[in-house]
Amino acid sequence: MGVTEPVRAGIPRRAGQEARRGGFAGRRLTLLQQEELVSWLFVLPWIFGFVAFIAGPMLYSLYLSLTEASMLRPPVYVGLLNYRNLFSFDEVTSLFWKTLYNTSYYVFISVPLGIVVGFAIALMLNQDVVGRGVWRTIYYLPSIIPGVAVSLLWILIFNKEFGVLNNVLAVVGIEGPAWLYEERWAKPALIIMSLWGAGGPMLIFLAGLQGIPTELFDAAKVDGAGLWPRFRHITIPMVSPTIFFVLITGIIGSFQVFTNTYVMTQGGPNNSTMMYVLYLFNLAFQQFRMGYASALAWIYFIIIMFFTVLIFRSSAAWVYYEAGIAGGE
Amino acid sequence: MASVSVAASRRTSWKATTLVGKAVLYLIIITGAVVIMFPFYWMVTTSLKPPDEVVTYPIKWAPSRLVWANYPRAITSLPVSVLVFLKNSIVLSTLVMVGTVISSAVVAYPFARLRFRGRRPLFFLILATMMIPGQVTMIPLFIIFSKLRWVNTFLPLIVPAYFGEAYYIFLLRQFFATIPREMDDAAKIDGCGPFGLFFRIIAPLARPALGVTAIFSFSGMWNAFMGPLIYLNKMEKFPLALGLRAFQAGPGSRAIRWESMMAVSVLMTVPVLVLFFIAQRSYIQGIVITGVKG
Repeated sequence: MGVTEPVRAGIPRRAGQEARRGGFAGRRLTLLQQEELVSWLFVLPWIFGFVAFIAGPMLYSLYLSLTEASMLRPPVYVGLLNYRNLFSFDEVTSLFWKTLYNTSYYVFISVPLGIVVGFAIALMLNQDVVGRGVWRTIYYLPSIIPGVAVSLLWILIFNKEFGVLNNVLAVVGIEGPAWLYEERWAKPALIIMSLWGAGGPMLIFLAGLQGIPTELFDAAKVDGAGLWPRFRHITIPMVSPTIFFVLITGIIGSFQVFTNTYVMTQGGPNNSTMMYVLYLFNLAFQQFRMGYASALAWIYFIIIMFFTVLIFRSSAAWVYYEAGIAGGE
Repeated sequence: MASVSVAASRRTSWKATTLVGKAVLYLIIITGAVVIMFPFYWMVTTSLKPPDEVVTYPIKWAPSRLVWANYPRAITSLPVSVLVFLKNSIVLSTLVMVGTVISSAVVAYPFARLRFRGRRPLFFLILATMMIPGQVTMIPLFIIFSKLRWVNTFLPLIVPAYFGEAYYIFLLRQFFATIPREMDDAAKIDGCGPFGLFFRIIAPLARPALGVTAIFSFSGMWNAFMGPLIYLNKMEKFPLALGLRAFQAGPGSRAIRWESMMAVSVLMTVPVLVLFFIAQRSYIQGIVITGVKG
């Protein structure tokens, strides 16, 4: 049919196409309808996946959170009991508040620090430095290393006696703590380790810096603006969309920190590194308290959404979109 | 005037212009680079140290001799060979990569090039799924997969990849949208339908973006820990990430064998590094694409 039929100049295009379409679907479709049909066909896998792997499981999880469910027994409806237990301040029955505190501590220190350090490195490596590409690669490399390998490596580095960190500190006469084994130092240790990966944000900031039109700086220089004013009034506003992106993805990602704590501390000492997701994992897959863990998951979903929406809302006040770029959707 | 300032300030807000400024700048960059590289150095040298030099005080900054035998010993020291983990990792990552690239490209295409009702809300829904923490679906999915008897197989880790993933759909749509419209028109005049357009025009032109998706998804699965931890409990099925963990608590290793663990860490890291260096250009470009949109 259509395949063998070349579009000849003599035949009106319309007629030829209609004939082909008639053969395709058994009835006549306009070009737009055909496009619509094909579009939905292409999107279909995602819709199926969404129902099977996201929406369906989410509803199921909501139901589970209202039950006493384990892998072994069928779920028993208990209403809001799980949520009530979760919020209790009794640390024996619920580590909810503790893990929420630990995770917040980690997220709200490591993410801003990562942004500041990543941005500073990006500023340095955006200059005319000899071997710029090599430096950029070096700073970015830690971001590629598999999480488990990174975790094991840093257990070794943080060791009180034979760890590199304390041996370096000893050179300047400081006796280092036992890091991962001390309640006071375990969380800071995890944050120090996370900074090793600041090359991730750096790369994104480099992209953002490259996008600033040079003319802006030239114009400001002509007007006699010094270093700091140029940085404050041109660089910062122009990279604010990038800061926004790094902040959102960083916060969502850090809230879900798991591998480090699972491999390095198992939540210890004295639950000081028991992160929310690790706690959830233990409840679900070691104690098999699926219902309770589902309630925990739903509260987490709400918390993460809350922060995401908060940042999105606040962005109008501090994220600068150049007209024309922002409307490019 | 103009030529001077353009030459002097290529896209930078501030400049180390004085000699002292330059010196300080290089000092900071080099110090930072040394600090960044040191853990790598430590990983490699520890993997090559004689066992009695690994855990010593004061520490040995460099091995007295290079013990290459640490590697074969690490590979065979668990009940299951590390090569089995390696094979599992390759199988898993490859299958996930293939599925992610194909399905995400297929789903992204109409959002970039075709018009259909519900396009905007549907795309918004896809973006919104990126914000759902995996923990919400983790438990029900585990129950579903265990009822399907998929636990201890690779299926729970592979099958979902064949239905498109929001992050890559977004990335690919951004890229597809940059391909000039004239291409479509020319193809349409030649009698190309939407299918042909996708397979003959868009997909080949988007090879860099598809490459980025392939690399990201491959290394994503290669490094994945939590998923395999949940679904796999037979050691013969472990990918490297889980196998590596087995050295910590595994049978047959009463004391932690740091040199073995670091040797396997190196083995696990090298493929990702090679991949990174081969694909550096498109890799970074991909990050730029995702980063710019904000």
